[in-house]
Amino acid sequence: MGATAKMVSAIALVVTIVPSLLVFLGALGIEPMKWIALVGTIAWFIATPMWMGRDKAS
Amino acid sequence: MTDKTSESGGEFEREPVSEGALLGQSKFWGMYAGEHAAGTEFMIGPLFLAAGASLQDLIFGLLLGNILAVLTWRFLVAPIAIAKRMTLYYQLERIAGGALVKLYNFINGVLFCFLAGAMITVSASAVGIPFGINYAVPEATFGLGAPSFTGLVVLVGIVIAIIAAAGYSTVARFANIAAPWMIGIFAACGIVSLTQMGATDWPTISEGKWWTDAIDFVQSKEGEQKFGFWQIVVFAWLCNGAMHFGMADLSIFRFAKSANAGWAPAIGMFLGHYMAWIAAALLLAAQIKLSQDHSANPGALAWGALGWTGILCVVIAGWTTANPTIYRAGLAFQAMIPKSSRTVMTLIAGALATAAGAFPNLSAQLLGFVGTYGTVLGPMGAVIFVDFWLMKKFGLENEYSNKTNQSISIPVLVAWLLPVSVGLYLIFVQGIFAAYAVIPCWIACGVIYLILSKMTQKRLETEGAV
Repeated sequence: MGATAKMVSAIALVVTIVPSLLVFLGALGIEPMKWIALVGTIAWFIATPMWMGRDKAS
Repeated sequence: MTDKTSESGGEFEREPVSEGALLGQSKFWGMYAGEHAAGTEFMIGPLFLAAGASLQDLIFGLLLGNILAVLTWRFLVAPIAIAKRMTLYYQLERIAGGALVKLYNFINGVLFCFLAGAMITVSASAVGIPFGINYAVPEATFGLGAPSFTGLVVLVGIVIAIIAAAGYSTVARFANIAAPWMIGIFAACGIVSLTQMGATDWPTISEGKWWTDAIDFVQSKEGEQKFGFWQIVVFAWLCNGAMHFGMADLSIFRFAKSANAGWAPAIGMFLGHYMAWIAAALLLAAQIKLSQDHSANPGALAWGALGWTGILCVVIAGWTTANPTIYRAGLAFQAMIPKSSRTVMTLIAGALATAAGAFPNLSAQLLGFVGTYGTVLGPMGAVIFVDFWLMKKFGLENEYSNKTNQSISIPVLVAWLLPVSVGLYLIFVQGIFAAYAVIPCWIACGVIYLILSKMTQKRLETEGAV
């Protein structure tokens, strides 16, 4: 569960940030970039609390 | 009693932190990343642009200033925090006496509340954008914004206060979760802004015309200003003067396993006070290019670059700064009334911060406030520094008030108020840049404290002998 959540977090972070680089490189429009970043953001805040900062003993 | 809590059931407010409650390095890195990649960066970054700083001065001035800030945390604050493992307030009480610390705590707590209030205003400015709730700065310092904006500030303030009241672990966890995402968003804001200005190739970026055009536009509206290299260095170094020179972060590092946790502010400085400030300045430059609007509304700036994600970033960045600030204010108030509950005191601090946040003009004066706040609170850090490192070397007793049951230490009172009064005179009457007063006041306070201690401690010892 923890490993899956970590992977989802990593993918979410990539989905949030990489579209801005694609906009910079002219490979993506600004409006689609905003919506893709929002999807990545939602995924980040769902997945990350499942593993980050949790007590390892629990 | 567990390892994680003190005998009083609290968070070691009046005793050294126990071995079992120490926190690993990652907690501190996450905490500082979140705290200094904050909503206020959206306000501070555009200052440099508006003030006419050159891009070269900004890049190298911020670099030097932030290095100095990190070194101050690591070598000034962390060693004392590890050795004593006490809150700033309890440590100061043992040196300066309970009555004097109550005065200090009151001023400290109120200033923290004003700072947190600015964060709440910033968060509310972003929350209001999708709902058409306007963030406008009234002329009067204590003028309210639109009723809908005031209502929004209250809602945001309540949520932040409840999170802070839940304790340090909750605050640290929240900051940890948000920090990597938030830093990525700040970077994305800068990248998108460059694109919006057409600076997408190295020759255009390095030419820097997009920067000078934006400066020319702001200065054509607001008049010419200058913000030079050393002013940038001093601002970057001392904008958190109360936290490092003032030793407020003793309360944080007392939980650290080693003094190396003192390097943790580096992540906050170089991502928050370097990359994020520059990115925020780029947001304003892009807004000027696109709409000839030079108003630095944090919510609107982020909305223009990243839409809903930008709004969320401003809100969360505001929260992660306001949370530890309200937590610190709660500790300050609790130290005034030792048997009070930290949770209740934190909620009171949250209510005060929310009240301050309802006056948008206070957050608009944030830059001057930050320097003044360091000037007022910073010198007490010199008292702790001298007491820890120098008192015994000069044949004097440390923690003198604790050993003599003094309720007020005259040497500390004079050493604090005298330089601070001069500093405030220079800031408010002579108009010097507020951050310039922090270090002179700190040094003067330490020297006066040492000299007066030498005089008064001798006299007390003589009286004791008689």
